[in-house]
Amino acid sequence: MLGLNKKDSTLLIVVAVLTLFAPFILNPFPADSALAQFNAGYPDLMQRFVVFGIFAIGFNILFGLTGYLSFGHAAFLGIGSYAAVWVFKLFTYNVVPAVILAVIIASIFALAMGYVSLRRSGIYFSILTLAFAQMMFALAYSVLSNPKFNLTNGETGLQVYADDPQMFHRAGLPDLPHLFGLSMRATYDLDIGAWSFSFNAGYYLCAVVMMVVFYLSIRIFRSPFGMMLRAIKSNQTRLNYTGLSPRPYALAAFVISGAYAGLAGGLMAAMDPLAGAERMQWTASGEVVLMTILGGTGTLIGPVLGAGFIKYFENIFSKINDAVLHQWFAFLPDGMEDFVVFIIHPFVGKGWHLTLGILFMLVVIFLPGGLVEGGQRLGKWIKSRGKSEETDKAKIEPAE
Amino acid sequence: MSKSNFTRRGVLKTGTVAGAGLALPTIFTAQSAAAFTNEPTGGTVTLGFNVPQTGPYADEGNDELLAQQLAVEHLNGMGDGGCLNTFTSKALKGNGILGKKVEFVTGDTQTKSDAARASAKSMIEKDGAVMINGGSSSGVAVAVQGLCQEAGVIFMAGLTHSNDTTGKDRKKNGFRHFFNAYMSAAALAPVLAKEMGTDRRAYHLTADYTWGWTQQESIQAATEAMGWDTVTNVMTPLASTDFSSYIAPILNSGADTLVLNHYGGNMINSLTNAVQFGLLDKQVNGKDFKIIVPLYSELMAAGAGENIKGVLGSMNYNWQLQNEGSAAFVKSFGEKYGKPPSNSAQTCYAQVLLYADAVERAGTFNPCGVVEALEGFEFDGLGNGPTLYRAEDHQCFKDVLVVRGAENPTNQYDTLEIVEVTPAAQVSYEPNHPMFGGDDASLGECNPGA
Repeated sequence: MLGLNKKDSTLLIVVAVLTLFAPFILNPFPADSALAQFNAGYPDLMQRFVVFGIFAIGFNILFGLTGYLSFGHAAFLGIGSYAAVWVFKLFTYNVVPAVILAVIIASIFALAMGYVSLRRSGIYFSILTLAFAQMMFALAYSVLSNPKFNLTNGETGLQVYADDPQMFHRAGLPDLPHLFGLSMRATYDLDIGAWSFSFNAGYYLCAVVMMVVFYLSIRIFRSPFGMMLRAIKSNQTRLNYTGLSPRPYALAAFVISGAYAGLAGGLMAAMDPLAGAERMQWTASGEVVLMTILGGTGTLIGPVLGAGFIKYFENIFSKINDAVLHQWFAFLPDGMEDFVVFIIHPFVGKGWHLTLGILFMLVVIFLPGGLVEGGQRLGKWIKSRGKSEETDKAKIEPAE
Repeated sequence: MSKSNFTRRGVLKTGTVAGAGLALPTIFTAQSAAAFTNEPTGGTVTLGFNVPQTGPYADEGNDELLAQQLAVEHLNGMGDGGCLNTFTSKALKGNGILGKKVEFVTGDTQTKSDAARASAKSMIEKDGAVMINGGSSSGVAVAVQGLCQEAGVIFMAGLTHSNDTTGKDRKKNGFRHFFNAYMSAAALAPVLAKEMGTDRRAYHLTADYTWGWTQQESIQAATEAMGWDTVTNVMTPLASTDFSSYIAPILNSGADTLVLNHYGGNMINSLTNAVQFGLLDKQVNGKDFKIIVPLYSELMAAGAGENIKGVLGSMNYNWQLQNEGSAAFVKSFGEKYGKPPSNSAQTCYAQVLLYADAVERAGTFNPCGVVEALEGFEFDGLGNGPTLYRAEDHQCFKDVLVVRGAENPTNQYDTLEIVEVTPAAQVSYEPNHPMFGGDDASLGECNPGA
């Protein structure tokens, strides 16, 4: 289908089904139950899953295929957001021009940054990108935001004001980002028994975009261009000796992944019309590296899983406070209850980083291939249960 | 490598799927029947407490959270009732709000606009919060206020001192009980003139965001009006923890006064650095070197320890204030948590009560009703003395305290002494004051969402 082989088509269909039915899948618990705490099916978080999914897919094209570890990708996310919010401020709340401009501007920056950074490889490349991103952050955070010349509005974040020009805005259109009149905040709540599911227009826009870029990423992975990128990762010197210059290929991969980041940034601003400098900070760049490694570097679906995993922790675990814990363990005797809450307390609420850190260590140590490897092992284990031991032994191992 | 095998059937199939996909969003335009966002239907109502639990303002945030929990207890009729007994409006009966039991959810703003908005959005979308309270940074407050306006819930600002919150960024759905930078400057200037004379040269270190900018602008305007010179103004990033590189140049600048437009952890570090560099022992232009911290808090005073002795600043509230409401609140807070409340705790406590009271008086949780009930509301008994919620910009007008770091503290909480209580009339300004967005600033329309 669509020029994909059977395995990739299946993967694309699985992703499509998962994203389209996410409102159901992410809200497995009835709205009034104590477990509703773990429901993630509300518009803001679903949008975040998909937006960061796009961001991580793009990052994986660079890191997973060429092996160039960029520590500055958050800069493109931020640039995309600022570009989109400026379109909202100056022209129109329609998200289409905003997102397109976000991609273009981010690509231009990626071209400049990649051109310089790709002259070095390995750790030097990483440091160069980190330095660039921190420069962008400093520019956005303070240099380009002072009372006299305010491009980014610094700490507060760039937002749309009622007195902004918005040349193509007219009465009748929503005062929020919209797609030809359909507000990105429009949500239809479906109540089935005790369950409640939200279908949000903004989420579905992001989901459709993600499916398109996911398809693109599959095509890149399977193309001769993708093969070239893999060659850069496996042995760049050999590539040089065969008479090929790897730099144009690496630069193309860098710009593509920058454009993905810009797209994610633009969509992020389209879902919530505010662009803050923090999303460009080096911690944000590190986050996308974590997402990719956690999910599985170089795999197609891995980065999306990793993004979902991290965003889930950030938004769900950080909201479990002591009151909630006491409610859960109310059945225990008083002393025991306080003790259990005391033990769990450092790992939830503001301590969610700690839990995530431990899980990340476990994944990296025991599943170096990320969550995807975990899934594969699980699949193999289920398959091999029925079969006898001998079939495994008879398998021929390829020699390295 | 790629194989393109477009068949008629394939194209038709794909076309149908794509068409269905495009048509899909149209069914989502239908809105639910609720009259306003998160209309509480059951026996409970949920409030969202969005405070910094990590980052430079974490101390303030945690104290706010304590006060908010106390307020919820009092609203639900538990504890001793606190300010419910002294509040001049008697609409609250200690049976929740409009008979609904008050529940709350908490979130961490991380002192970042992005994180704060994500946290507030999840409170509104997932937990069904009808009101967001808290925040300990003006950048965050402005960002979350904008979100609440768009989403159609009420925002009761916590600790936010920038002129912009109720100035150029004012919103119909947002309310601020805390005072602001202009008021600080107006209250401080006469005291500074009296204590330090009218021919000082001031050097400003300013936190680089909306609060710092307006704070610096206000202080500069007020001090220059009484004859001071401003040597220069240096911006420092909010996330800085070491200010020594900013302090060294002051020694050679010819300035004899340092104004620290810093707050929270920033101020503790910058003041400590300044004292370590011996600024306070210097004599410049024949005068003793002085440091001013325009916005003070007990938590900062405690964090800076010895260094704050004699340093002047201003506050919204101090637990040492002698009035009926203050006594009731300090007693209630002290009995529960074993320490006196900070001024950020007091403002959040007051905001929760004010919201609950406005809902009772309006008889509805509808944000538009609440806005109407709060606009132009005059009250007393929450600790600050007589207060007015001005209708034009949703800013509270009340007395402002000028305080000084205590020279001889008698106990660990007695770190600040009140120098002067500046009456509200002296710190008032017109709603269209140029520092508050001028004539262009408007509240806009109230938004009930849905």
